[in-house]
Amino acid sequence: MATLRKNRHLTGWLLASPLALVLGLFLVLPIAMIVIVSFWGATEFSIYPAFQFDNYEFLFGSPVTYSVFLNTFKYAAITWAFTLVIGFTVAYFLAFHVRSLTWQIALFLLCTIPFWTSNIIRMISWIPFLGRNGIANSTLISWGVIDEPLDWLLFSDFSVILAFVHLYTLFMVVPIFNTMMRIDRSLIEAAYDAGATGFQTLTNVIIPLCKPGIMIGSIFVVTLVMGDFITVRFMSGSQSANVGRLISNDIGLLQYPSAAATAVVLLVTVLIVIAILLRFVDIRKEL
Amino acid sequence: MRTDLDLELVALTKRYGQTVAVDSIHHLFHAGSYTCLLGPSGCGKSSTLRMIAGHEEVSDGAIVLAGHDISQLPPARRGTAMMFQNYALFPHLSVIDNVAFSLKMKGVDRDTRRRKAGEMLDLVHMTEFAGRLPAQLSGGQQQRVALARALITDPQVLLLDEPLSALDPFLRIRMRGELKRLQRELGITFVHVTHGQDEALALADEIVVMNKARIEQAGPAREVFNAPRTEFVARFMGGHNVIALPRGHFAIRSDQVTVTAPQAGQIDGRVTGIEYQGASVALTLLCAGDQEITAVLPEDRYFAKPIQPGDGVGLSWDEQNLHALSA
Repeated sequence: MATLRKNRHLTGWLLASPLALVLGLFLVLPIAMIVIVSFWGATEFSIYPAFQFDNYEFLFGSPVTYSVFLNTFKYAAITWAFTLVIGFTVAYFLAFHVRSLTWQIALFLLCTIPFWTSNIIRMISWIPFLGRNGIANSTLISWGVIDEPLDWLLFSDFSVILAFVHLYTLFMVVPIFNTMMRIDRSLIEAAYDAGATGFQTLTNVIIPLCKPGIMIGSIFVVTLVMGDFITVRFMSGSQSANVGRLISNDIGLLQYPSAAATAVVLLVTVLIVIAILLRFVDIRKEL
Repeated sequence: MRTDLDLELVALTKRYGQTVAVDSIHHLFHAGSYTCLLGPSGCGKSSTLRMIAGHEEVSDGAIVLAGHDISQLPPARRGTAMMFQNYALFPHLSVIDNVAFSLKMKGVDRDTRRRKAGEMLDLVHMTEFAGRLPAQLSGGQQQRVALARALITDPQVLLLDEPLSALDPFLRIRMRGELKRLQRELGITFVHVTHGQDEALALADEIVVMNKARIEQAGPAREVFNAPRTEFVARFMGGHNVIALPRGHFAIRSDQVTVTAPQAGQIDGRVTGIEYQGASVALTLLCAGDQEITAVLPEDRYFAKPIQPGDGVGLSWDEQNLHALSA
């Protein structure tokens, strides 16, 4: 036992093993499984182990894949832009306009309250609001803004993006708020002292210093939107597709190898997107 | 002697709700002088400086610079520049961009502002560090950059908020010389907030001692040190004894008190402590009426005739060295 304790390498390995075990079992193994299965073959009624590229050939040969990936990118980009603007504004308000720490914490917690209910419930609650005879349409008609109910409010790209923005803005607010709170207030005074206007201070001091937070929030939002399938299904009324729905359809048809191949391509795509994002900002100093 | 460029505070007041941080102070800062605002923490010296800089709203009164009331102007239009306590350098900008920041805000083109910033860096001997980020500089170097950044706006008054407090003692003394040199070279008014009396004495042409939101005493450094008007100033400047005599309270410098044989001086006392300080020896004595008096003797005089703790001695002084205290 004494020699065991003296062996520093062994101690190190033992200390690292619980986490390594958990990650190996629940992260590496499933991904390895998916990669393996993506090379398997399938018939209408069975799947069989093999090493063939049929799934990938079919995937890259089909124009549906490209349009669905394009659609996924479109959702990700638009949602990213909206969550960034809204998230930055909210974080800015909390960090720089609310003076007392108590109020900052109270308002910040207020932002998280929607998260006490499930994603799906929050999504579904948009449906009666946006529907043809929903609150939004009837209000607009009673105000005389429109004569006919708007059809594009629900089961459209609009409603999908609205739900995404609603669901994921907080993921932008939190990291940006965090970086803003770390900005030394005397820097703002120094900028003011140097004759900077409020807007110049924003663009020359605050935004550059918030970049790591913006980047972390962007990674959250982009990965969440690209991996999502349920929001798109509910809010588009099954009329739009993204990669997540492609996978979920395949699974519904028991086409596991094909679903796995799509998942691998999606995973690689998201990793490439994150790699590109990380080229811009060094987030290590934030962690 | 008043000039056109003097900075004057007129009944300057700062209130935070019910608390009064600065209570209607008047002071004239002569153009081209080096003035230290000295006082304990919470005495209102920083609020005063921040009001002059424009980072704190003036509750009442006026700040007059070059004949104009600047108290309602934004900081950049006052003709003042501030150097912040922690320097407040922009961490994402290189040294030269930090210095050129205010020119960039004015819309000066890149080449001109780089050249001007280069001249400023030259003034503070930081040219070789132009490309570095603030995090890659030592405390003293950061301070030089902060100085250059403040000076690039060509201010008439440079405001320094405890500029040396973040430095180690050796560097502090070196930067002290540097500040003095710059002030002499540039010939502009420096207003320097500090709580260290040694710093104030070393740097200032004029010292303004503040306590409890008011100015206790203002005057040339030598006058404030040698002739404190109040007990607070005498104690805060250090090196003084406050003695209660039947005629009233008096201040006398510790090194102007001499030790004699018992009953030979003006007052008798018993030695309670002896501290060797290198060039001198400080004796702490307990005198009549439980007064504690410190006498500082040159070390050769002390060691010619050493005294032990518990010994009874007499203390004497020259009457003209006594300064009557008003409070």
